[in-house]
Amino acid sequence: MTDRRAFLRLLAGGGTASLVAACGWDGGNAVRPLLLDVSRLNDWVGEKILFSPRRLAREYPITERTARLPSYFISREMPLLQNPNSWRLQVGGLVRRPLALSLDDLQTLPRTTYTVKHHCVEGWSAIATWHGVPVSAIAERCELLPQARYVRFDSFDSGYSNGWDLASAMHPQTMLAYGMNDNPLPPTHGAPLRLYSPTKLGYKMTKYLVSVTFTAERPGGYWEDQGYPWFAGV
Amino acid sequence: MPGSAPPVAPPPPPSTAGAVKRHHWLVRLTHWLTFLLVVGMITSGLQIYAAYAKFGERDGPYYVNPFDDTAFPQWSRLGGWLAGGLNWHFALMWPLIVAGVLYLGYLVASGEWRSLLFRPGDLRGAIEMQKYYLRLRKDHPRQGKHNPLQKLAYTFIIVVGALAVLSGFAIYKPTQLSWLTSVFGGFQAARYWHFWTVWIFTGFLIVHVVLVFVVDPASLRAMISGRYRGRFPSHD
Repeated sequence: MTDRRAFLRLLAGGGTASLVAACGWDGGNAVRPLLLDVSRLNDWVGEKILFSPRRLAREYPITERTARLPSYFISREMPLLQNPNSWRLQVGGLVRRPLALSLDDLQTLPRTTYTVKHHCVEGWSAIATWHGVPVSAIAERCELLPQARYVRFDSFDSGYSNGWDLASAMHPQTMLAYGMNDNPLPPTHGAPLRLYSPTKLGYKMTKYLVSVTFTAERPGGYWEDQGYPWFAGV
Repeated sequence: MPGSAPPVAPPPPPSTAGAVKRHHWLVRLTHWLTFLLVVGMITSGLQIYAAYAKFGERDGPYYVNPFDDTAFPQWSRLGGWLAGGLNWHFALMWPLIVAGVLYLGYLVASGEWRSLLFRPGDLRGAIEMQKYYLRLRKDHPRQGKHNPLQKLAYTFIIVVGALAVLSGFAIYKPTQLSWLTSVFGGFQAARYWHFWTVWIFTGFLIVHVVLVFVVDPASLRAMISGRYRGRFPSHD
């Protein structure tokens, strides 16, 4: 009988969902928080059950590259550095040794490269090659404190930022990319440095990076705070 | 033996035996739950579709799709914007899967799968049933709870339901479940097949409702109350 009652509750929820489709409804103040709760539950499934710190995304031959990878930024105009030479990536937060890395510094660190498929939350996909430094190599150099559980990536694109769980950030295919398709990273795709990973949706990969901050609390993010899934694993 | 049954008076007379028990409460509950949830999945799915209304890698080529770049009307979309559609879709998928598993579990546990699953032995009966519908035979073939064509339709839609769930997961986690995504031919192909299940469900729904009202309205009441008082007595 408990089963039955639980199902009647579900039925009421599902029923409301269907009947209000008519108005392009996002759930309103009553249901939207509930949907966000389920989204957090799905994040948990994605992070704890489906994600594996060792499983690698499939790589493709460079002949399968997509000619034109779409790009976007949230600023009115494309974010450009006034003085690229003075740009430094600030690495800080819960670390023993905060770092300030120039592009040259980053290029002397271990280099990784792969050709992978990009999955956008909108449903499109495209293949590109990325060159950069694994985030794990940066973490090794700045010496994380044991309290560090999350990473916040900040940009100079009108405050666009993303929060990541540490395991995803330490995945061997998560990199800070300074190159794309055998060329320096173009401004449309986040020059001088962007986050990249084939294990997450595109909006999690912060472009126009200025800082990497290790935190104990879960950081929000530009789209995540507006209702998009936080973990966003693919 | 539907095909070899001796002709009886056409059409089957209304049952005089009174109401018979037809559907267990779990079947009725999961039936209506599935209906509402599928409507929710389709409408939130159309909202998600609006963000990239075609199938294929960015450079193309694109899969043949009559709905390329189609903007479905607002009344048919649930969620208001992409994040809203996604959150509805990913919330409703869990109760839908639970309903499906409970229903299939009930069919297996109760043995009722026998009156629903279309098997090779039903082929002959299906042909006889088709003949009856085409007026090539006068009498209604004897049947169990469902006639062989109904069995075919219900078996088919359960398979499509399973494909909808599997192709959905193939799109949801194309990296972590890459083996599943490959089974469907890749990410864009999985999106494509997932989208087609929408039109199969929609078509099934329309035909199902039309047949209920045209052929056997008593079956609608049976799906609500559980008791059947119509003109197709079960010969089981």
